[in-house]
Amino acid sequence: MSRFFNQIIVRGLFFGVFICIFSLASLPANAAEEGGSKTDFIMHHVQDSHEWHFATIGHTHISVPLPVILFEPGEGLHFFMSSDFVDEDHNKIEVAGFYFDDHDHLAAKDESRSFYDISITKNVASLFVSVILLFWVFLTTAKRYQQDPLKAPKGVQSVFEPIIIFIRDEIARPNIGEKKYERFMPYLLSVFFFIWFNNLLGLLPGAANLTGNIAVTMTLALFTFVITTFSGTKDYWQHIFNTPGVPWWLKIPIPLMPLVEFIGILTKPFSLMVRLFANITAGHIIIMSLIALVFIFESVYIGPISVLFGLFMNMVELLVAFIQAFVFTLLSAIYFGLAVEEHHHEEHKEKLEKASV
Amino acid sequence: MLSSVLLLAVEGLALLGAGIGAGIVALGAGLGIGKIGGSAMESIARQPEAGGKVQTAMIISAALIEGVALFGVIVCLIIATS
Repeated sequence: MSRFFNQIIVRGLFFGVFICIFSLASLPANAAEEGGSKTDFIMHHVQDSHEWHFATIGHTHISVPLPVILFEPGEGLHFFMSSDFVDEDHNKIEVAGFYFDDHDHLAAKDESRSFYDISITKNVASLFVSVILLFWVFLTTAKRYQQDPLKAPKGVQSVFEPIIIFIRDEIARPNIGEKKYERFMPYLLSVFFFIWFNNLLGLLPGAANLTGNIAVTMTLALFTFVITTFSGTKDYWQHIFNTPGVPWWLKIPIPLMPLVEFIGILTKPFSLMVRLFANITAGHIIIMSLIALVFIFESVYIGPISVLFGLFMNMVELLVAFIQAFVFTLLSAIYFGLAVEEHHHEEHKEKLEKASV
Repeated sequence: MLSSVLLLAVEGLALLGAGIGAGIVALGAGLGIGKIGGSAMESIARQPEAGGKVQTAMIISAALIEGVALFGVIVCLIIATS
């Protein structure tokens, strides 16, 4: 009997802590009281910034200033901290001829100076954190597997090995084929766990919205595109530029079919990029908007509704985090499969001839 | 005077367009994914053994359609916030 109660208490505690952490997502709403429109804080939270702002309680900002690194061709690297650019009264000041303009971008007082902003922004710092986490998880799993492949897995290994096998058996093998799937497994695994971990980390209160940054998703889509292009067999390119079975008049005077197929090569990674970016950013914006409802209605009674709906949306976003990682990986695997597919054209031709007789 | 009124009207129309656009996008996504969900449920009911495969295919199609819907949402957001 007491074991039963213990279980209830322990599970109840876990659940309670879990819910409390996600309800903390309403902390950023305190920032809405200051300046600008009431929903500026939504955009502030889904965009990148040069300092990592966790919360604002009353008038104290809890934020970590991040390094600002500028590369000026001819002058070399400049290092600052983002706190250098603000004085005690939170007014923006100018340091060494650089200052933050109204869009929170760095600008040079002297317009003719060109420079590259390669600072460690909030997203980059979050990227480092998630990469350290990923390395720790997978180096541990790999080491334990290597030490004794036949031992029953426990701990970290027991969580991630089934997922790795899932990706191998449900995503890689069916789509790329038995013979060639192993070449692509490292990339597929990396991209899946990278996207999944970063989606999940982005849901924590005070976290950076990394996979909702279109530059990051563009890079991931570019990786898929480069790998697809470089592993294309002759058959793959023939299918694009000289599609078999298509009448000649769609190819010769105006190469309509090759043009359409070529655009198809470009739109596939583009859709990968926009899908991930839009899903994650839209999810974050929805949750923030539910919290902003309190400020739009300016009534404290909206609070319970806000928190309830926000909690529900957060649970949905947890699911979306996994689904988006899964879909990105699956579509990448499908594109790789298309690229390395070995086609037997003689079979096609024979079938066509038989059909026409 | 007239030009400032026209400017405000144009800005308001843009926001109206963004709002209606987002609504239509949600409609489209809802219709599409609803259809997929419905046919997935029917097929699982007809053949419970194929349940796993049907579920996987349903999730993939839903994610693809949602991707297109969110294209539209992002466009509307950009219109509304600038």
